[in-house]
Parts: sequence; C-alpha cells; structure tokens
Amino acid sequence: MSLSIDAAVVRRDFPILEQQVNGRPLVYLDNAATSQKPTAVLDALDAYYRRDNANVHRGIHELSRRATVAYESARSRIAGFIGVSDPGEVIFTRGTTESLNLMAFSWGLEFLKPGDEILLTGMEHHSNVVPWQLVARRTGAVLKWIELDDQGRLRIEALPSLLGPRTRLVSLMHVSNALGTINPIAEIVRVVRARSEAVVVVDGAQAAPHLPLDMAALGCDAYALSGHKMCGPTGIGVLWARRSLLEAMPPFMGGGEMIKVVEREASTWADLPHKFEAGTPDIAGAVGLGAAVAYLEHLGMERIQRHERELLGYALDRLAAVPGFQALGPTDPSERSGVISFTLGDAHPHDIATILDSEGIAVRAGHHCAQLVMKRFGVSATARASFAFYNTTDDVDRLVEGLGVVRGIFG
Amino acid sequence: MDQPPLNSLYQTLILEHYRRPRNKGELDDKTVEVHVHNPVCGDEIKLQLKVEGDVIESARFVGTGCSISQAAVSMMTGLITGKKLSDADALAARFTRMMHGDAEAARDKQLGDLRALQGVSKFPVRIKCALIGFDALQEALKRTGGEGGA
Repeated sequence: MSLSIDAAVVRRDFPILEQQVNGRPLVYLDNAATSQKPTAVLDALDAYYRRDNANVHRGIHELSRRATVAYESARSRIAGFIGVSDPGEVIFTRGTTESLNLMAFSWGLEFLKPGDEILLTGMEHHSNVVPWQLVARRTGAVLKWIELDDQGRLRIEALPSLLGPRTRLVSLMHVSNALGTINPIAEIVRVVRARSEAVVVVDGAQAAPHLPLDMAALGCDAYALSGHKMCGPTGIGVLWARRSLLEAMPPFMGGGEMIKVVEREASTWADLPHKFEAGTPDIAGAVGLGAAVAYLEHLGMERIQRHERELLGYALDRLAAVPGFQALGPTDPSERSGVISFTLGDAHPHDIATILDSEGIAVRAGHHCAQLVMKRFGVSATARASFAFYNTTDDVDRLVEGLGVVRGIFG
Repeated sequence: MDQPPLNSLYQTLILEHYRRPRNKGELDDKTVEVHVHNPVCGDEIKLQLKVEGDVIESARFVGTGCSISQAAVSMMTGLITGKKLSDADALAARFTRMMHGDAEAARDKQLGDLRALQGVSKFPVRIKCALIGFDALQEALKRTGGEGGA
C-alpha cells in the first residue's frame, strides 16, 4: 500500500528512528506524547547556539540583533502557519499547559464573577480542566460540561441548552489525545456565538502537528499549542489570541521584557506580544519551533493529514482482526486523527506496553492525563498507539505482530 | 540497554495470580484499610487487614492494575495472613530489597511465591507496580501502630 508521503525519504530526516531497541528496529508510535525531531530542527538549535546566541530585545550588539531577528522570525512563521496575519497575537509560552494557564489566570481571574459559567468537555486533558478548577474556586465561577457519546464524540446537540448569558468561556480540545476524536470547532463556535458572548479557547496540542490550521476558519478566540508535539523542541509553545482579547487581559507574569515603565507604585506594560513574555524567553526553543514549522510546511499539512488518515484506515482495519482488540473513539476514520487508544482482552495496558517495548515498539499506556475520559468509558487505563507522518504500514504490521506476542502471554 | 527476556518478567505463577487473584474482595471485620493509588499509571489498591493483638488475622484487597501489581498484592495477602505485624514488616522490607536488586534477599524462602517477581527488578519502570501492595501494607502497619512505621 502506498501512502501520500514516502516515509523512506522522510525518515532520513529523523536520525533517532534509525536504531534498534531491544534487538529490533525501533517502531515509534508514541507521537501523541511527543514527536521526534528532524535534523533541520537539530541544526537550527545548534546553529543558534554556535553562532547567534545572545539575549533578545536588549543588546545593541550584533549578536543580540541576530538573536532578536531569529526569535521574531520564528514568531512570524508560526503566525503564518496558523493563518494569522498579526504576529503580535502570537505569544511564546512553555507549551499548551502554560498557554491554557495563562488564559485561566490572566483572563479568568480578571473577568470571571461568582455564578459565571465555564463550559468544558468530558474529553479534556487535565491541563484544560485543572486551571479552570483553580480559577473557578477563586472567582466563584461554575464549571459545566459537554458530555460524550459512546463513540467519544461531543454531544453537540446538547450544546445550545448548556449556553446562556452566564456562559463566559468555553474551552475545549481540537483533537482528543485519549480518543483521537476531531472536534468540529468551527461548528461549535457558531453555536456558541449564536447563544452567548463567551470567549472560546481551543487546546490545539494534538491538532497542530496533524491538520492544516486557520484561526479565521475556526473562529475561536484563543488557541494553544506545544512545540514538542510538532517536531519542535520541548519547553516551547504558543498561545494565539485575538489582539482585542490580549489587550484587555492583565499580564500573567511580571518581570523584565514585559514592561514599559516601572515605578515604585505601579508599572505600565509593554505592547503585544511582549506584555505576556516576562523574563528571557526560550529563544533557542522558539528558533527550533520556527524550523519545525518550516519543515512541516515544506511537507505540507494537507499531505501530512492525508498520509496519516490513510495510515489510520490501514491500522484500524488490521487491528480489528486482532482477537480481543477494542479501540475507544469514533468508528468513522474521517472523524478522528491518528490516535488509537485501545484495550486487548485481559491484558493490562502496562503489560501490553512492556511486551511491545520488548519488540522495539514504543506506545503509551495509562490514563493519558485524561482521567475523565477513562471514567466515562469505564476503563482505568488504555494502551495508545499514535502516528506521525514518518510512520509506515510496516510500523502498523509490527504493532499487529507485537499484539500477537501479547496474546501469546495473556491468551 | 536491551530488556532482559520477557519470560523473566511474565512467569507462569504471576499470570496465574493475575487471572485468579487470592484474597480479593472486602473484609467485613477489617480493623484497618489503606487505599493507595499510583497517579502516573492509574493502578489502585485498597488493602484491608483484620489485626488482633499483634497478628494479622486476615487480609483482603480490591484493586485494578497490571499483572505485576495485582499478582504481587495477591501473593502478599496470602503470605501475611496469620503473621505477626513485625514479621509482615520484615517481609515488606525483604521484598523491597529484592526489587532493588538484592540477590541475597531474593533467595529468602520466606518470600514464597513472591520470589517469582524477582525478574521485575530488571525492568526499572515496572518496579513501582510490584511495590504498590507493599506500600499499602506498610501504611496499614504504621496506622495499626506496629513496627511498620519505622
């Protein structure tokens, strides 16, 4: 079966994939946890530290100029990647978790009043649950939930009844890390707009590496993503939000770089995006993420999406034939991304992961930071295989073979 | 570093305890109950003991988790039933030493079926699984006021 991307070519860009683990060629299927990094990203990090390293926005000297240009070019490139024309709306953070916490603690603490409603969904990652719980406790706001159907899709038909004048914020994931479900964000935003004034925040951690993104088409107000899941380094991520929203929000952290004038009594804030970037940022991380985005754009997000969808279809067909295999999430491949969260008979997911590891296959096992999802589906944990564009049908065949070994032990 | 062979981990005895756990269920007349949870992987054990004087009269558990965690706690409950608190504490210490690679501790016949778990010590990420039941036991001993708190 030939796929949209010639993985044999692409894999040359990922030296880490060329290794043996436990005596077998590595099959890396833990991409929803973190992706591998192409040489283009490793080289960009290396070149930055070898040639351009300096602090940004401060120095008069040449290296500081270069570092600033590299940092700001990365921001512009990322803006383009998500279909945004104003790079001032792109805030660098440590990742999706920090981006969501920024929204919760800056926007939430400033604007939420007792009795205001925050609408979340039953599929959220802990990073899009806990910050809102913390802020709700401090403001007296109330959490409400969009429930899931048995295929792990949001019950959108119930959405109108959950919205009202007290709904101040809706925060939901674009793609589920535990189910693979792709949520119809544009449709949800339309329903929200028709019935409330709520700010819509989207956790895009699992979408940005796999789908073409256009903030205008999605229609949301804020979008969070993590660099390390999209071929970039760890420690860097992005919060995009509408300029008007960011301007109304107070700073999240105080320090250098985010101020205009500091006096004893009070200070004034720097313009966007710097108002939200206190302290020396992860400059190299941003440069690395810029290189990652350039790499993804070169491959083409439509092509990546097509490749992963073809691979998912192949995988779901082959896995369905494994006795005892049961996947969570939508049965229609067009409603999901390349995340397969599954159980296998009586074998516990940790045992599945250990046995697959002994075959050189890396998968995740556990609750995937989505205990609400595990509870909804009555499991304590699942095993999860998740794809990237560098995965092949051979990888899927090895997974199927590995599950045969699991069945040999657990019967 | 390559993994050791899988059969050093998934011994028949372990799989047998996983499929047919001993002492699973609730005690009507428990004197102490400890609930431990590994938030990283979701393994959960509720251990109940009935202690009379300084003797564990009975031990039962409910829980969910992988074969290693469930087999270890199943074996453990069998071994501590009828034991003095101090002996149960010593067993926990011995088992913990075995998990951390102490070959001497592993030869101790008092560990009974638990010796089948010796191979787990070669799988560093799974050692926690084997110890979760003993974590519950040590907490239970501490609460009972035995020597487990030491």
